Amino acid sequence: MSVDGPSQAFKRHGRIVIVGASLAGLRAAETLRKEGFTGSLTMIGDEPQEPYDRPPLSKQVLLGRMPADGAPLPRRCAIDAQWRLGVAATGLDLVGKRVRMADGEEVAFDRLLIATGTRARPWVKEAEADLDGVFVLRTSGDAVLLNRRLTARPRRVLIIGAGFTGSEIASACRERGLEVTVAERGPAPLVGALGGVIGAVAAELQRAHGVDLRCGITVTALEGDPAGRLTRAHLSDGTALDVDVAVVALGAMRNTEWLAGSGVAAGPRGIACDAGCRAFDVHGIVTDDIFVAGDVARSPHPLFAYQFLSLEHWGNAVAQAEIAAHNMIASGPDRLPHLWVPAFWSAQFGVNIKSTGVPTMGDKLMITQGSLAEHRFAAAYGFQGRVIAAVTFDQARWLDFYRKLIESAAPFPLDFANVDRRPEGLRPVPAEFPDPSLPSHGPTVTLSGYSPSDRRVTFTPAHA
Amino acid sequence: MANPVEGKQVLMRIVVDLNRCEGYAQCAFLAPDVFTMHGEEALMYTPHADDAQREHVVRAAAACPVQAILVDQWADQRADEPTVAREADVHVG
Repeated sequence: MSVDGPSQAFKRHGRIVIVGASLAGLRAAETLRKEGFTGSLTMIGDEPQEPYDRPPLSKQVLLGRMPADGAPLPRRCAIDAQWRLGVAATGLDLVGKRVRMADGEEVAFDRLLIATGTRARPWVKEAEADLDGVFVLRTSGDAVLLNRRLTARPRRVLIIGAGFTGSEIASACRERGLEVTVAERGPAPLVGALGGVIGAVAAELQRAHGVDLRCGITVTALEGDPAGRLTRAHLSDGTALDVDVAVVALGAMRNTEWLAGSGVAAGPRGIACDAGCRAFDVHGIVTDDIFVAGDVARSPHPLFAYQFLSLEHWGNAVAQAEIAAHNMIASGPDRLPHLWVPAFWSAQFGVNIKSTGVPTMGDKLMITQGSLAEHRFAAAYGFQGRVIAAVTFDQARWLDFYRKLIESAAPFPLDFANVDRRPEGLRPVPAEFPDPSLPSHGPTVTLSGYSPSDRRVTFTPAHA
Repeated sequence: MANPVEGKQVLMRIVVDLNRCEGYAQCAFLAPDVFTMHGEEALMYTPHADDAQREHVVRAAAACPVQAILVDQWADQRADEPTVAREADVHVG
């Protein structure tokens, strides 16, 4: 059936396929049904489980407070879908409007929602990644394996990468009384997301809780015994570390490979779409029937200079899925833009970290309440004379106030006369984000030897 | 295909929108077996609860000042359950 502008007939009898059966896919499916879509709905997901919640995997699950399979997401309504779980989508025929699946089957659609999300970035050297004791953490399956190993009380856990996931895993390990080393390429934990000023607080938290935190360090090799068990990690400062568990926490990769050659503008940075969640094709023309939501999407945000934002946030998956689903069954003027103000949270080392806005756009920040030294504060980020983001450490109740400042383009620096500001917070300071134009991991290559047969290259991965 | 809830009385599924949560801890008072505070204001919760907890959880969800707690609002989950078996051997900790 052809859908030339959404019609009542489509809402009644259309065929919608959702690829990606996690948070975004589920919330989109619910929204479709709630808004009156009664046609056929197919949910395709490569994981065998029904949609589940991922944030507990690096927190409650690793603390042993709940089983890794214990968080199927609650449903807001019955979605009456055909579920195709445990089978990945492998291709998209844009003209024929069909999704190809790993088992050879094809599913036809009138409208498609792509919510394939991300996967953990694996350790770059495949043979080392295969060592027994090397883990990533993204899926409940990953969490089962990692938790099982942590329960067996390894002598030392190495976390590679001190972003949010790595830091949360380190926190859980310390809470379980395990020895932990964190190797971070940058100058501090969380520096990519929150900048160096806040990163320094995160570093203090880690060290105060007994983490052996090593910044400006990369892991150059993982070494195993003859039986293939991880025994040792080699670091870029020339030292080595005896470890039996290494968790690779180097961020995520977007699941777009299955769209290669499809004509959809999909690549390593995600799938570009408009603010109404419609995917762009490779010509830069917006498609009519292909929608995108969640971690895999990149969409322009009017509030943030129309930049295309990729947001790997729980809240974005929910909000964007609802907008995408609404727009899949709404006609032109009734379509809504995705205007959700980015927000995320992390719990680590007993501190509740929350953020709103886009901190990485901020070049300056002010500690507007509390104090860095107390690990309890609110900080506002400024960009071109306005408030662009905020972060709180154990000050969550203030965050909504800052969100409204961001939404109303409140001027920066902020001048709050009547809050508990300390001298350190009266002036803006550079937020200290790493310069994105500089390669953060360029190696140092040195030559040694004189005669051509002696000449050797020494390759040293850079300190960040 | 196994019934995902067979053998375990998992009747309520819970998720908290932790973007909304501001740490008022009302839920931790009303359903302490499900919701606990971790540090000053971070909430940790068990994402499922059995029938014995139902009343507590419903009360906690209703009392949340920012309405951040979502529990299954739908009586008959099984009718729409994906027909896949879940791993049985994942209980740890």
